[in-house]
Amino acid sequence: MRNLFRFLLKYINFFLFLVLELVCLLMIIRYNNFQKVKFLNSSNQVTAGIFDSYSSVADYFSLRKTNKLLAEENARLRTMLQLQNSNKEEIKYTFFADSILSDNQFVTAKVINNSVNKQHNYLTLNKGSLDGVKPDMGIVGANGVVGRINHVSKHYSTAISLLNGRWSISAKLKRTNDNGTIVWNGKDHQKVLLEGIPYNVELTKGDTIVTSGYSSVFPDGVPIGVVSEVELDKGSNFYLINVDLFLDFNRLSYVNIVMNRNRDELNELEEQLNND
Amino acid sequence: MIDGVVKYILLFFGVILLQVLILNNVQFSGLINPFAYILIILLLPIEMPTWWLMIIGFFTGLSVDVFSNTPGLHASATVFAAFIRPKILDLLSSRDEYEVGKPPRIYNYGFNWFLRYTAIIVVAHHTVLFLLEAFTWRGMGDTLLRVLASSVFSIVLIILLQLLFNKK
Repeated sequence: MRNLFRFLLKYINFFLFLVLELVCLLMIIRYNNFQKVKFLNSSNQVTAGIFDSYSSVADYFSLRKTNKLLAEENARLRTMLQLQNSNKEEIKYTFFADSILSDNQFVTAKVINNSVNKQHNYLTLNKGSLDGVKPDMGIVGANGVVGRINHVSKHYSTAISLLNGRWSISAKLKRTNDNGTIVWNGKDHQKVLLEGIPYNVELTKGDTIVTSGYSSVFPDGVPIGVVSEVELDKGSNFYLINVDLFLDFNRLSYVNIVMNRNRDELNELEEQLNND
Repeated sequence: MIDGVVKYILLFFGVILLQVLILNNVQFSGLINPFAYILIILLLPIEMPTWWLMIIGFFTGLSVDVFSNTPGLHASATVFAAFIRPKILDLLSSRDEYEVGKPPRIYNYGFNWFLRYTAIIVVAHHTVLFLLEAFTWRGMGDTLLRVLASSVFSIVLIILLQLLFNKK
């Protein structure tokens, strides 16, 4: 016994090293294993509070840009309103206005922390459960998909960014309605990959990619990006498609959280299907 | 003594805030993200026992993790850096040349020594960090490129920070 003790004491540094690394690894794996960590993320009060006060200062530096983006969005929304008044039929084919009218409500939130330089990027928003935000709600920006809510605290929430290799979204070609999956390529914050489009589909550069609406997270037809490069993957039946994002993730300031009114009902129904 | 401890605590908070509020937002071409918070481990006194270094390293990394939504990632890399620091110190010069009360600084041991010391530990730290972040052997080339590019940037930053506060 005493020998064992002496042995441990002699190599205390090495054992401490092993123990600490084990703790770290457990944390990493647990986090991968679908982010169950409750306290160690930036939606807790202390870290979110620091980010909040930091971004209230940093915001002044991007006022001009934010202003411009908001003005552009305003203009677009006004055009849509006009269209709606003049031609009720037309509205079906513009942006995601049809879903706004039917199932979805939007809550505007400020991005108080954001990254684009990691392999797995996350956002922190200044809206939480008190504002009706729940996990798994979608987030859209002024001109495209941003991410999905992950954790919610009272006043804040964290979200998985589209720029995160651990997440993909269902998307389609706007022109032909063919479905695929959007994943990040892990390198460039302005490019993503579209996977699962078979060879027989006719593709051209500049085709618009939008969300497919096959889940309750995003409404149908939220813009994502345009096809920038198409390659034929030898030995598989699918294209390799590079997509340029509409949204500049480096400049996110205000985003909208999508609240699907029928979300719970939809999920319940689909759960029943799984149970059968 | 107490004065010294307070100085290190201030250093800790200063460097962590610098890292999470400013450096975490720096990025060029998706390759370079500087992690200068490892400076905390580099500057601790030479006579500090390894187990202390590792515990400080663990909490340093964890603080950065909490702000970057990556529990365990930075903690793991920083514990590794703390673990190898005494061995690097041995490697760079024989124990006799180090003196108690002379912490590793440019003015104590010279620019060349400090550069080598920083470079080895930063590269080790970044290698562990980026490998763990990728968590796969796929795309090794990209990961290594990231390690190299970010290391160069971190080393320059750390040296600059040291020069900025290079007085006794």
